[in-house]
Amino acid sequence: MKSIADLKRGQKATIVDISAETIPLKLLEMGCLPGNEVEVIKMAQIKDPLYLNINDTHLAIRKETAKAVLVKILED
Amino acid sequence: MRQINVALVGNPNTGKTSVFNALTGLNQKVGNYPGITVEKKEGVAKISRTLKAHILDLPGTYSLNASSLDENVVVELLLNKNDKDYPDVVVVVSDIENLKRNLLVFTQLKDLGLPCVLVINMADRMDRKGISIDIPKLEERLKTKVALVSARKNTGFDQLKELIANYKQLSTEPCCDASVIDKKYFHELKDTFPNQNIYKLWLIISQDVNFGNLNRKDVQTKKEQGLKTKTPSEIKRLQQKEIIVRYTFINDTLKLTLTKDINAAKGLRASLDRILMHRVWGYVIFAFILLLIFQVIYEWSAIPMDFIDESFASLSEWMKSTLPNGQFTRLITEGIIPGIGGIVIFIPQIAFLFLFISILEESGYMSRVVFLTDRIMKKFGLSGKSIVPLVSGTACAIPAVMASRNIENWKERLITILVIPFTTCSARLPVYLIIIALVIPDETFLGVFNYQGLVLLLLYFLGFGMAVFSAWLLHKVMKTSRKTYFVIEMPNYKVPIPKNVLITVVDKTKSFVFGAGKIILAISIVLWVLASYGPNEKFSQAEDFVKQEVKAENLEISQEELDTKIASYKLRHSFIGYMGKGIEPVVQPLGYDWKIGIAVISSFAAREVFVGTLATIYSVGSEDEDTIKNRMSKEVNPVIGGKMFNLASGISLLLFYAFAMQCMSTLAVVKRETNTWKWPMLQLVVMTGFAYIVSLIAYQLLK
Repeated sequence: MKSIADLKRGQKATIVDISAETIPLKLLEMGCLPGNEVEVIKMAQIKDPLYLNINDTHLAIRKETAKAVLVKILED
Repeated sequence: MRQINVALVGNPNTGKTSVFNALTGLNQKVGNYPGITVEKKEGVAKISRTLKAHILDLPGTYSLNASSLDENVVVELLLNKNDKDYPDVVVVVSDIENLKRNLLVFTQLKDLGLPCVLVINMADRMDRKGISIDIPKLEERLKTKVALVSARKNTGFDQLKELIANYKQLSTEPCCDASVIDKKYFHELKDTFPNQNIYKLWLIISQDVNFGNLNRKDVQTKKEQGLKTKTPSEIKRLQQKEIIVRYTFINDTLKLTLTKDINAAKGLRASLDRILMHRVWGYVIFAFILLLIFQVIYEWSAIPMDFIDESFASLSEWMKSTLPNGQFTRLITEGIIPGIGGIVIFIPQIAFLFLFISILEESGYMSRVVFLTDRIMKKFGLSGKSIVPLVSGTACAIPAVMASRNIENWKERLITILVIPFTTCSARLPVYLIIIALVIPDETFLGVFNYQGLVLLLLYFLGFGMAVFSAWLLHKVMKTSRKTYFVIEMPNYKVPIPKNVLITVVDKTKSFVFGAGKIILAISIVLWVLASYGPNEKFSQAEDFVKQEVKAENLEISQEELDTKIASYKLRHSFIGYMGKGIEPVVQPLGYDWKIGIAVISSFAAREVFVGTLATIYSVGSEDEDTIKNRMSKEVNPVIGGKMFNLASGISLLLFYAFAMQCMSTLAVVKRETNTWKWPMLQLVVMTGFAYIVSLIAYQLLK
């Protein structure tokens, strides 16, 4: 299974599952929920942090958090 | 006139504060919530001919699931009906581009049975962004009234005021039923507490907050009587489920009411991000902006500062010649006026710095800086979010320590708090400026860079470098089991609203003048008293003693020379003179005499007192009313001769002020934020000890 950390720049995916224990509630509140679409807009060197568009919210998270969000890639 | 309570709730970056400013104008005050350091902004607005409203601008929050002190304040207030600020009506501020996310907290507030008005800000952008909304349908789905406003264009506020005035007609019914996440459990809750709002009970159970009249303990005791207890991980799961339920409702609602032309949406954000967040250029631009800010502060502030300096000197002289001669006049002209001058002189720099900081924040650029720097900061045990406190630390450590509150991770937050005092705060600036002006030549290098400006910039880098280095040390030493995480919103770029910037600048400057200013003035007066009185007859009969001395040594001197001798004899035998000489052995190895020693000691109340203290010490007994800088450059080293303020002692002073922990107010704030004296004491001892050693080495090498 792929996670957000596996996405390339500009790639879109659908969130499939989130590992409940490691994900801060705040990220969910900002729209990081199963079923929502995620796109990687930018990434810093070594993909950390990542600048994402989730459910029309623009936010940045670190790689270790991104690994805990499992996705299904929509397009290449 | 009747008055009601209105609370503004909303996500960060939605223009909540702009709406607050538009409603209250300058009729607002900023304070703290009792016992904690969360900023409390409140104001009064005239709603109609017969109604006034007390408006409370609550800290920005994404939901009622509190995960920081700021968010706790929001939840605590909204759950406590007995609070004097408990709102009659809640105004939920959202913005047109992030409506979806903003509605999350709205649906929670509705579940609490609070009458809510939904404000959609930035309505002027709708056309440009290709967004249209079916307002009546949205009002029906959300069971509320909607006001479309634009804080920038100042439109829609009449309608908002009308809705506030008619708050009694607002529905208090929930719009999204959260109890579906565990129907059986919520049913039991309802049965156990038949008179309570069920969602309020759920919030009390799921949060780490203490609530006035109904606290967790009650709920837990009741649980033992048959109500099943939920484990923390069960609660977390339920909270996640709740968020999903709410978003499903919100997505469905917006599908019915909002249409968006995708082609119009992108544009500015993408192109600005491409430049400002570029892997190379992003950093270059950031460095350039910082450099620009410091050059501008140095160059621009110099004009009003010189003016203030001279004005106070001439005011003092004028008063001296106008008022009758006596103790009281001397108190005014030698104690109070120089003391006030020492406060006023900072205003230009503080105002300029906050002008830049608030523009950077308002425009959305600060979040990009966080993104750019997180990876680097993480290595030093800091977070990208530490950049904002560290940069604000260049104005004052006190708001900076408070600004670190939005770092969720405790270890990163603690490290940020501990290292902030190394950054060059504005209180160090007057010390730096005067010493630089005395010991660094006012010449340009390569025809562009002013040496004095470069040294100042170097001092800023030194402070920042020390902060980062000590952060790294702390990161290596401190062990923690708490998990780290980092989530930051990347808001849209906006042209800052001048009114908001202005209010921030005025607020911060005022809080400096009336907060730190009081201490500075009080110390100036105490110092004047200490310098104007002595413990024995050597002070009161100084003239006789000096004349005897002159006679005994058979010296031929003019009246003027005699007067100077008397003045310095008096100073040496005043209270302050004895105190200074007491600490002289400690500061002499650093290249200071007892006068500088006194100034360094009094700086522990506030660093900027340094200049004022020297002004007082030197002007006491001295007839000429030269500005303080000229007076300092004339000061002669009593031991080795030559100028007192030369390169060696100047650099030693600069380094001491760069590293020493010399601010009682900062120590007090750190104690409040960390809840123990352990950390502020560590700062005091380690930083000051380090400063002493570095200055000692520098002076001994340079002299």
